[in-house]
Amino acid sequence: MSRIVVAGWGAVSPAGWNVAALREALDKGEPLPTQPVERPGWPKPLRARLVPNPAVRPEFLAHPRLRRTSPVTHYAAAVALEATAGLRASPEAIRRLGMIVCLQAGCVQYTCRFFDETLKNPATASPLLFPETVYAALGSHVAALLKNVTLVYSLVGDPASFLQGVALGAQWLEEKRADACLVIGAEEFNWILADALRLFDRPAILTCGAGALCLCREGEIAAGVELAAITDAHTYSECRDRAESARNMRRQLDGGASRELLCDGLGGSPRADEAERAAWNDWSGARVSPKRILGEGLMAAAAWQCVAACDAVANGRFAAVDVSLVGSNQQAIGARFVRTSPSISHLSAGGDAGNIRA
Amino acid sequence: MLFPLPSSATSPRVVITGAGVVTALGIGWKPNAEGFRAGRRAFRPVTLFDVSRQRTKIAAEVDLPTTLPPSGLNDRQIARLDRAGMMLLLAANEAWRQAGWESAENLPLVLGTTAGGMTLGEAYFRQALQTPLRQRRQPTRAVYYQAQVQARMALDALNFSGPITIISNACASGSNAIGHAWDLIRSGQVECAFAGGYDALSEMVFSGFDALQALSPTVCRPFDAKRDGLALGEGAAMITLETLDRARRRNAPILGELVAYSTSIDHHHLTQPHPQGDTTLNVMRQACTTAGVAPADVDYINAHGTGTVLNDSSEAIAIGRWAGSRATTLPVSSTKADIGHLLGATGAVEAVVCLMALREQWLPAQGAFESPDPACNFPIVNQPRDARINVALSNSFGFGGVNATLIFRRWT
Repeated sequence: MSRIVVAGWGAVSPAGWNVAALREALDKGEPLPTQPVERPGWPKPLRARLVPNPAVRPEFLAHPRLRRTSPVTHYAAAVALEATAGLRASPEAIRRLGMIVCLQAGCVQYTCRFFDETLKNPATASPLLFPETVYAALGSHVAALLKNVTLVYSLVGDPASFLQGVALGAQWLEEKRADACLVIGAEEFNWILADALRLFDRPAILTCGAGALCLCREGEIAAGVELAAITDAHTYSECRDRAESARNMRRQLDGGASRELLCDGLGGSPRADEAERAAWNDWSGARVSPKRILGEGLMAAAAWQCVAACDAVANGRFAAVDVSLVGSNQQAIGARFVRTSPSISHLSAGGDAGNIRA
Repeated sequence: MLFPLPSSATSPRVVITGAGVVTALGIGWKPNAEGFRAGRRAFRPVTLFDVSRQRTKIAAEVDLPTTLPPSGLNDRQIARLDRAGMMLLLAANEAWRQAGWESAENLPLVLGTTAGGMTLGEAYFRQALQTPLRQRRQPTRAVYYQAQVQARMALDALNFSGPITIISNACASGSNAIGHAWDLIRSGQVECAFAGGYDALSEMVFSGFDALQALSPTVCRPFDAKRDGLALGEGAAMITLETLDRARRRNAPILGELVAYSTSIDHHHLTQPHPQGDTTLNVMRQACTTAGVAPADVDYINAHGTGTVLNDSSEAIAIGRWAGSRATTLPVSSTKADIGHLLGATGAVEAVVCLMALREQWLPAQGAFESPDPACNFPIVNQPRDARINVALSNSFGFGGVNATLIFRRWT
């Protein structure tokens, strides 16, 4: 069994278009400001945290495949490039890149636009929009951008599925089906998602963006973070509720090193957080909750948790970080990332853990 | 644990012990086998939604039963099922019963779908716009629209638990799901897995293909020189995969062996395949290498064969390049001519079609075909015919460029 390292990571969030912006927001520890978003038919706007416009228009938007794409593809492309920056320095080592794109809502902007056009008059619905509504479109565009992608899966599920994607990437590496694997979690904003979220989690603030981890086999590229463990997928059912699944996940993840950090998925909503809070109520180590600061980003939020975990290990303050993903309607999965060596990865930046509540 | 993975010294042989299928030809193996054997076409005017302003007005709709077979679902859960969920459960139930599987822990469920509960999503969108202050039924739609929730219904219905993986690689999803289940068993992670695909007709998806002018305004005729588009259908198929050792321990009847899976991505275009079929050629070659078979050993190809000009010429060229001289005698058909393109279900249904052909020794006929495209140097099966089939190959390709090939071997 090969040891799997995390050779790079990327993030686009309401904090900005890179990991540094995410880190800065988490270090400050203050919830980011919200913006009003029109909800058709309602007198009052919804509140959301949107990704700010990039300071400079990303060069990748000039790629022919990306010109007509919606924001979720832009976010995914940006995190893919950030996470694979180290790989591109040694292209001879990474000839075959596997890619796993994890989505819960997916390309919802164009889906709503296209269906709206269909309802008005299907004869004039735009043929340009429809292909972009497909879950697989995003991965296809990013693969075309990166060029050396040979294997792509688009996984759909609740946010804990992001760790299924990471496990699948590790499997592809183990089976030598790829030289590196990029795992992306991405979502875009649309009023209909915020509308639906309110039905279940009224205090939650919807946000959007993407996160990515780039996995490699140890020894093939310099990296300071190792993937130590991913628990089983503790699936919910009529006879196994969220709380029990979260407890089982926690139990499987226990027994790690000291001075650990827990990167959890608590967002500040009593009902939505209940199962996860109960599972970790006796946790005495440090803790960081990216959703409290960034908002409910669905699959992107799961990816940010993993990015924050890897970043915290790489910046040297924690030898190990546990990630807890208690998904909304499918499963609970946890993971542990650990430091691979005393040296700090050349891909990571320094800084302390800021808002981490020790 | 999902990671680290258990180490496996050998890759076990994987067999299929149960199959369930739902298409417009009927519900279950028997009516579908009879239909595919005869090349029966199952299209009719669309009744599920208004198509009066669409270019095309036919599809292969499934006639669903008014009640589901007995299962672990309660009345409340059953009431929340949409068409896609019902088709998934019907196929799952048939495969499960045929395999003789019982309640299980840690049994992976791997599903391919492109749209999940899209009809519920459409209903949510309509109500949210038309009566924005009314929330009745919206929470249920928002939850049951999601494919993973429909998958959970399958777990509850059949009383098993385990990880759910939903692969949405567009029209290759069903093949990828079966292939992924095969990977899980071959890598030693599990001894058995439940896999397949499902998709129901929905207004948005129908309108999308119509807007692209990808739907045939006449008759869907894959590989025909006069082909002018695809036809949509709906359905589901599920198969039970397990190691040969496990199947033998259980004395389970074996429907066939899955001997290879290969997948890759075509970067050429979001919706158009490489004109020379380069990626298709690669995945077919890789699958054959894994299976240890040469084109001469393959007795039948169930082609992706959508009926669009670009897909079929690309696939025909790829088959010709892959098969060489064998192509001239290699039977090929696209059963999409009979039941339409089932999108996320298509790879899974076509896998079951291959199992039928291997099990019952006939070639699946495509119900509409007149004269071959010049790129086709292989015979198209368009008449019912018995044949000796030991190895069958199934191709699936999706928007976005994912290509997948599965190879099945007869079990005797």
